[in-house]
Amino acid sequence: MQILFLLFAALAVVAAFNVILQRNPLYSAIGLIGTLISVAALFLTLAAPFIAAVQIIVYAGAIVVLFVFVIMLLNVRAEESRADEQKYLRWLAAPLFLALLAEVFLAVRYVGDAPPPLPAVRAADAPRQWLGSVETIGTDMFTTYVLPFEAVSVLILMAIIGAMLLAKRDPQFGRRRAPAEPAAAAGRAEEVGAGARR
Amino acid sequence: MIPLSWYLALSAVLFTIGVVGVIIQRNVIAQFMCIELMLNAVNLTFVAFSRYLGNTTGQLFVFIVLAVAAAEAAVGLAIIICLFRNRETLNVDEADLLKL
Amino acid sequence: MLKWITLAPLVGAVINGLFGKRLGERLVGLVACGSVAVSAALAFAAFFTRLLPLPEGERRITEHFFTWIAVGNFRADFAYLLDPLSGVYVLFVTGVGLLIHVYATGYMHGDPGFYRFFAYLNLFMFMMLTLVLADNLLLLFVGWEGVGLCSYLLIGYYIRRQEAGDAAKKAFITNRVGDFGYMIGMFLAFTAFGTISFVAKEGLPSLLAQAAERPVEAFGAFGVLTGIALLLFVGATGKSAQIPLYVWLPDAMAGPTPVSALIHAATMVTAGVYLVVRCSAIFVKSPTAMFVVAVIGAVTAIFAATIGLAQNDIKKVLAYSTVSQLGYMFLACGVGAFTAAIFHVMTHAFFKALLFLGSGSVIHGMHEEQDMRRMGGLRKYMPITFATMAAGWLAICGIPVFSGFFSKDEILWRTWATTAVPWGKALWAVGAVTALLTAVYMTRLMVMTFWGRERFGHDDHGHGGHGGHGGHGHQAQPHESPPSMWMPLAVLAVLSFAGGFVGVPPALSSLVGVHAPNHFEHFLEPAVAHVAAAHGEAARVPTGVSVVYPTGQSFSGVPAEEHHDVGTERLFTVISVVVALLGIGLGWLLFTRQPVRPMPTLLENKYYVDEIYDGAIINPIEQGSRHILWQVVDVRIIDGVVNGVAQLFASLAGTLRLLQTGFARGYAAMILAGAIVVIGYFAWR
Repeated sequence: MQILFLLFAALAVVAAFNVILQRNPLYSAIGLIGTLISVAALFLTLAAPFIAAVQIIVYAGAIVVLFVFVIMLLNVRAEESRADEQKYLRWLAAPLFLALLAEVFLAVRYVGDAPPPLPAVRAADAPRQWLGSVETIGTDMFTTYVLPFEAVSVLILMAIIGAMLLAKRDPQFGRRRAPAEPAAAAGRAEEVGAGARR
Repeated sequence: MIPLSWYLALSAVLFTIGVVGVIIQRNVIAQFMCIELMLNAVNLTFVAFSRYLGNTTGQLFVFIVLAVAAAEAAVGLAIIICLFRNRETLNVDEADLLKL
Repeated sequence: MLKWITLAPLVGAVINGLFGKRLGERLVGLVACGSVAVSAALAFAAFFTRLLPLPEGERRITEHFFTWIAVGNFRADFAYLLDPLSGVYVLFVTGVGLLIHVYATGYMHGDPGFYRFFAYLNLFMFMMLTLVLADNLLLLFVGWEGVGLCSYLLIGYYIRRQEAGDAAKKAFITNRVGDFGYMIGMFLAFTAFGTISFVAKEGLPSLLAQAAERPVEAFGAFGVLTGIALLLFVGATGKSAQIPLYVWLPDAMAGPTPVSALIHAATMVTAGVYLVVRCSAIFVKSPTAMFVVAVIGAVTAIFAATIGLAQNDIKKVLAYSTVSQLGYMFLACGVGAFTAAIFHVMTHAFFKALLFLGSGSVIHGMHEEQDMRRMGGLRKYMPITFATMAAGWLAICGIPVFSGFFSKDEILWRTWATTAVPWGKALWAVGAVTALLTAVYMTRLMVMTFWGRERFGHDDHGHGGHGGHGGHGHQAQPHESPPSMWMPLAVLAVLSFAGGFVGVPPALSSLVGVHAPNHFEHFLEPAVAHVAAAHGEAARVPTGVSVVYPTGQSFSGVPAEEHHDVGTERLFTVISVVVALLGIGLGWLLFTRQPVRPMPTLLENKYYVDEIYDGAIINPIEQGSRHILWQVVDVRIIDGVVNGVAQLFASLAGTLRLLQTGFARGYAAMILAGAIVVIGYFAWR
């Protein structure tokens, strides 16, 4: 058990370092996937299969894919080696990293460490009622936590609308939004719009 | 059994890496990914506590965090696309209009 | 009624000041002279019908106008005190003032600032009368400052002349130095006695009564009373032009002649003497102060007389003469002869005003020529002026029976016989020599102006105007002045002749068979302190009349000093006359033959005192101010601090601005750092 933990923990950390240190965002995305999967495995060690599955499906499967889509859409290449105006941050990062780490470790020392005994996976009385099972989570979600659930669905709706609006490239939209532009620029926009529609 | 503190320590490490990543990275999309990393670390903490305290609240919370992260990623990337259209660059240092 | 004596001229000043421009010369002159006439009428009425009938020893009338300051223990009112001392002053101030106002209507005829002149002149009368009638030191100071202000305004009346403006400033500033002493003295008086009033108020005895209770301070010691006396005297040296603050008076001749006559001969300059005599109760308790007063008076007298001998401007001679005569008055105060000092103030007002107005008449007739070297033989052109000035001349020289003779003789005799201060005999000698010099320079003035060959115009075809005074002598002959000018001269001449008869001492009156005390002295005695009584000596010669001072002391009859023998007094009278005649003779001999005689340069340049003051005091202060106070303190330090604070904030802001880089990553780093600090705090706990 511990080996599993250590293995996936190491994997997660390495992948995380990969995320932050790569120049090409695509490689960072791959690192992110690695981290996500490792964390999903860690969820499994914590007896939370549902969450693990959701993590992989939603996070690694949708969000990262979205990232990749955008990267491809914008045709992002490796970072140009322009001079970094904020070079000092590079040197600042390591100390800050270590400082934060040290502090959290200090805080963590006082947390108790004996876990309660895990109920048997196949208990005779309640076969699928253990903590972390789909049934349990489902029950709680639709009884105790139904309000956050509904709120989240509204939130997702708003996100959809917002994303669509923001990313839309509509010439008519552009013209309406800039009424004070000189006629020449408006004419040019019309041409472009006409060209795009064509 | 694995002590809770280990999970917390790991979570802390991942979180710190994410934060430092935000600072280091110049590409805005990569910065976003680091933010996702941070969220992930917190998820790990939540689930660990849920397991060790015997409460589903943690896992439910993770569920919701996941949903929110997805929504946020969508909207954030849309904004990035807009930004890119205006500036032709994804270097976050270019967006320095707040400079005095 | 008393307040109207002071307020009538104020009303005149306001009317002339506000509306004078539209009223025209006649009306302005009428208002001005009329207001002073009202004041004079009221003064005479108050004096003769209200004051005189009161029994001796109770001759004081007080009138409360309004309470000015009443704070804690301190009280100063606009309240008036009419007693023998202020009564005498009020009479001659308003009387001579009226005559001078009338004269000025003639003198200033045609001047565009006519109304302004009379507004200032009336304002001056208001201030002077307030000074004289005040019943406390603070109100007196109001009048004191006020006359200084009017002096400034009037000296600088010819606003387009540089020298007039300079002289006005000099007068005011020099006075200010003296005023500083006055103020400290006043504060000291309040601190020591709790009151600055000359009358008892609200249960607190007057300043003078309290001073009289104190013991006499030792000679050479610097007690409270000596301090107060000396400080007040500093103020008096400024106002009354004694050493070291006399330097403004000769320069003040840049003002119109009526101003010189009224302010710088008859009234303002005598304010210092008034102060000392009013506070005589304090002075007699301090032999140190008395000695200082006497010495300064004597030294000033002889010093100014020597300078006056060598001046060529007719008004300057009279100015130095005024300084010298004021020295006599202070000498009298210093030796304890306060009544003699006031007597001389009065007679001096008569004959000095006369001399000044006469000189104004001469100047007017000579078409603004003031240099005596260009006069001569004016006797036949200006007979009235000549006759009246001759009266003044004889008075100032001390020829019997003119007024000056009695007053000057009194002072000299008292100086010789004094017991109040040491070195009385030496002081007398100084006084006698000064009398000689006085006679010499006055004779010189008369001779150069009225006798001899005519030195004006005839041979000076090529001469243009000289400085501000030059006149074209050959364009018209000198002429006599109009009646508005010579009538006051005539009145003053009569007063110069007869004014002394109120103060004839018994030693002399007994020669003609009249056995009466010195009326003037007798009248004034209750109002002034007495040296012997102050020293606790018993009084002599009871006459059955017991006099009570405002000081609370009483003495009977003739002062203790006068147990002298009449013979000595008569001897000294003879000596005075001899000295006077000697002086006149000397002057006559020297100057009839050669009127324009070169005088020693040292004297002509007034001992270079002005230059010394310039170099020792004024220039260092000016240079110090410019180089240190202005360039260093003001520009660098004060401006530097103010600008520096602003600069500090600007650079602080500039530094803080660097935080706003606009880079999101930097902000994130800062947030992280902050979070680390906060977490660290909790982690350590």
